[in-house]
Amino acid sequence: MKLTFPRLVVVIALVTIVYCLMPPRSKSDINVEDFGRLPVLLNGRTQPFDSVARNSLLILRGKQTVLDGKKSLPAIEWLMEAFFDSEKADKRLIFRIDHPELRSMLGLSDEEKFFSMSQFQPKLQSLLKETQRIETEQIKAEAQTPFEKAVMRLNNNVILYRRLKNSIQHEDTKDFESDLASYQAAITPGVQAIRAREGGQEFDQKAFDRILDYLQRYDMMARFGYTLSVPSGTPSPIRDDWTSVGSTLMEAARGGSVGTPVHLFARMASAYRTSNAAGFNTALAEYRSWLAAHQYTPELAKGQKEHYFNHVEPFYVASLFYVVVFILACASWFNNSQTLNRAAYQLLIVTWLAHTAGLVYRMLLEGRPPVTNLYSSAVFIGWGIAGLGILLERIYRNAIGSVEAAVGGASTLVVAHHLAMDGDTMEMMRAVLDTNLWLSTHVVTVTMGYAATFGAGFLAVLYVLRGVFTDSLSADMAKTLSRMVYGVICFATLLSFVGTVLGGIWADQSWGRFWGWDPKENGALMIVLWNAFYLHARWGKVCSEKTLMAIAIFGNVITAFSWFGVNMLGIGLHSYGFMGAAFTWLIGFDISQLVIVGLALMPLSYWRSFKRDPTAAVKSAPASS
Amino acid sequence: MLLKRLIRIFCSLQLTMVLLALSLILVFLGTMAQEPLGLYIAQARFFHSMFVDAASMLAAIKKTAQLLNIYVTPMQADAVLSATWIPVFPGGYLLGGALLANLLAAHAQRFVFTRKKAGIFLTHAGLILLILGQLFTDQLAQESGIHLTEGETKSYSESDRRSELAIVDVTSPDKDQVVAIPDSLFADGVTLTPPLPFTVRIAKYFEHSHLTNRADQASSSASFANQDFGLQVEALPLQKVTDMDFRDVPSAFIELSTSEGSLGRWLVSGHFDRAQHVSYKGHNYALSLRLRRHYYPFSLTLLKFSHDKYRGTETPRNFSSDVRLQNASTHEDREVRIYMNNPLRYAGMTFYQASFDKRDEHATILQVVSNPSWLAPYIACVVVGLGLVIQFMIHLVGFLGKRKA
Repeated sequence: MKLTFPRLVVVIALVTIVYCLMPPRSKSDINVEDFGRLPVLLNGRTQPFDSVARNSLLILRGKQTVLDGKKSLPAIEWLMEAFFDSEKADKRLIFRIDHPELRSMLGLSDEEKFFSMSQFQPKLQSLLKETQRIETEQIKAEAQTPFEKAVMRLNNNVILYRRLKNSIQHEDTKDFESDLASYQAAITPGVQAIRAREGGQEFDQKAFDRILDYLQRYDMMARFGYTLSVPSGTPSPIRDDWTSVGSTLMEAARGGSVGTPVHLFARMASAYRTSNAAGFNTALAEYRSWLAAHQYTPELAKGQKEHYFNHVEPFYVASLFYVVVFILACASWFNNSQTLNRAAYQLLIVTWLAHTAGLVYRMLLEGRPPVTNLYSSAVFIGWGIAGLGILLERIYRNAIGSVEAAVGGASTLVVAHHLAMDGDTMEMMRAVLDTNLWLSTHVVTVTMGYAATFGAGFLAVLYVLRGVFTDSLSADMAKTLSRMVYGVICFATLLSFVGTVLGGIWADQSWGRFWGWDPKENGALMIVLWNAFYLHARWGKVCSEKTLMAIAIFGNVITAFSWFGVNMLGIGLHSYGFMGAAFTWLIGFDISQLVIVGLALMPLSYWRSFKRDPTAAVKSAPASS
Repeated sequence: MLLKRLIRIFCSLQLTMVLLALSLILVFLGTMAQEPLGLYIAQARFFHSMFVDAASMLAAIKKTAQLLNIYVTPMQADAVLSATWIPVFPGGYLLGGALLANLLAAHAQRFVFTRKKAGIFLTHAGLILLILGQLFTDQLAQESGIHLTEGETKSYSESDRRSELAIVDVTSPDKDQVVAIPDSLFADGVTLTPPLPFTVRIAKYFEHSHLTNRADQASSSASFANQDFGLQVEALPLQKVTDMDFRDVPSAFIELSTSEGSLGRWLVSGHFDRAQHVSYKGHNYALSLRLRRHYYPFSLTLLKFSHDKYRGTETPRNFSSDVRLQNASTHEDREVRIYMNNPLRYAGMTFYQASFDKRDEHATILQVVSNPSWLAPYIACVVVGLGLVIQFMIHLVGFLGKRKA
């Protein structure tokens, strides 16, 4: 058993991974998965319907699924309902409303968290009234009360939902296929009637009314439609020449053709409405072969790959594994078990490889370096901290590296998960940022610098917590941890310095100013200054070991500020993610770190590990370097 | 004795640590002050100064408190500008200078060069270069902008926020004679004697202003101007702008006089888009208060400006300006494309694609920078990076060697 336990853990982990890697299978007769793979253009990039569905649901309700009684409905099935059967979709509990005043304004019960469109439809006017007031008063997001924020959020969500509902067909459509046929039949007489009326001649009132009715609805679709779902049919030279179904239909009245894609979407819509799975699947397959025949193979492939990535959710799997690593490694301290330690380490390696695979897959999918926005910086920082932990564990084999890796990996992936609530995490880069050279040098280095500084801070936290609350921090262990913190801060200094200066050089290249005291630049500079402070304190042997640890822990506060805090100031060139709720968490994190700094600064006689021999730590203090 | 002790403190590592900690606090507060004071005032008060004054400090602390959800009335820029200047904290120049001096002194006094310390030496040398480079940049670098509409040619750039009173002799059809008085000389009631046949008295000067119709003003009779635009409009002072997206638009009431008496009184303003004219002794002069200009011996013509967005979004994808560069003295005449991250370096200056005109999609805004010390950070980065790598490698090799032994 002793030898096989670590292996058993690894085998279970690998089996889980293989299970997650299996391609998804449709549970219903309708080929939901293939529909989810279809490419569309949204946010300026090609993505599968599956991503549209998941990101929209994340925005609306903070989860990638909808509750369907006791079961959960996958995002794509919900999206198809919204597209093709809006009456049913209106009854889905997809709007998360937390603010009690907003609930009572909309006449909703206080027992629930999630609500459906049909529940507050009758009181929608009062929501609009509040929104208009906030907009006419021009109350900026920073100055809004929690109630006003909730109103604006719900209003945006309602708009998003309505835009989704009008992306493929008008939300009131019952049978899109026959609708489309009668619209096409109505175009010629209708246009004649309109022309005649404008010319002041006698005209066919019936034909006029009929076409006007269609045009009103399609015009609304053209203005409201969310996804650009219709490819032009000629992908070269402009690949992103996609339009919405609504504009294509409007164009048809001006003499354009409706085109095969819209016809096939109409067939899918009608088949879906009548639960005609075979009809739906044939139309879907026809559309896919139409795309392939019209040189949309790259888009089809992109849809396929991103759909698979969404399905596998590598970072979710990795974060669960990190938790297991944490439990195993911590347990190994309590009974000094080498078996548990080894199991934790081996599972950590498997987990980290999964994390790496996810990161690389995502990079290939985007054609970008690993860090392009706040979300991906969190994933990457976690990866860096975990990698660092593995290195430390390889050298020391005392489970400290494993714990550091697990805590860092899991917590940053949780942060990333929450950052993903804003929607699409693979959005396109603004013009200045659109350069792989600088993204892969400056951004990657500076982010690794964050990771290393956090890594050192976590190690110092371990030192303090173990020293104060347990008697497991032996003089040897203290010395080892102190070395680890020092070594990691060395790298942190190098990475953050080089990264910061590279940022300056990028700025010099793009607008001729090496240093502009931009908040994000200042944040990076603060990390460099603080790491330099630690190094000088250590080299100069001017403070005790526990003070050095306190300095390293305070590095966490500074790094968190420069990673998130500066984005919350709402100024500067880097303010790409303004977040409200995240701020509370940031403050909470900072306070927790300050408390640990306080613990670290307590006299050694209060530390459980040093109670018996307060000189033990002092003796091991600043080892000559 | 005392001197020796002072020198010892001056070279000490403890001083380095104190300075590093103070720098950290300064950078933090300087960042906080940016929102209430605006980037430029915050920079001047915190980083480009020997001491930070009490009012700016208070603004930064109040902003920090606000971030922590503690309600305090925010400090505005004008309150800070009008407050008495009381130094309370070391500023960027003082801390940078002290760090530099401390570093040099420590090397002169304490450090002995050994192979083990080669990395530290390199790192410190690079840092010295970096700090000096930034000090030079602060003193020497000049930034200005060029606004060009398609087809337009310009041989000058304009300052982003400094103005000048331009008095241009436009008598000759083929050559203009420009006399420009920088706004730094303006003050209420001052009389200036530029190389012109008349003197210029600045009766009143508003750094930032707006215009109103004189007919709407209750006290329209009180106006100073008796010529041209000033007969219809009145300028009123406004608070200085702190938002980076806007700039101050100045106005001034001026009087031109000769020994024989007044030529007239004018209202000049950055709001006017054409000059006002005055004739004296057969010469015709154009008066305008405009952004300060830097003239060049070459010209740029905007051929085409492209501004793409991602389809279906408002996210800018690309800006580029196709520009024709002409220089009569070198007979150069060529086309250049300036776009994001790809500036044009020419005649000691660098032209960057900075922005676009929100009101005119056929207009580009280029940023022009001349900075003789631009190379310093590039070299410093390499030197410091190398120094740190060497130093840490020495530690790492030593550490791994010890473990193996």
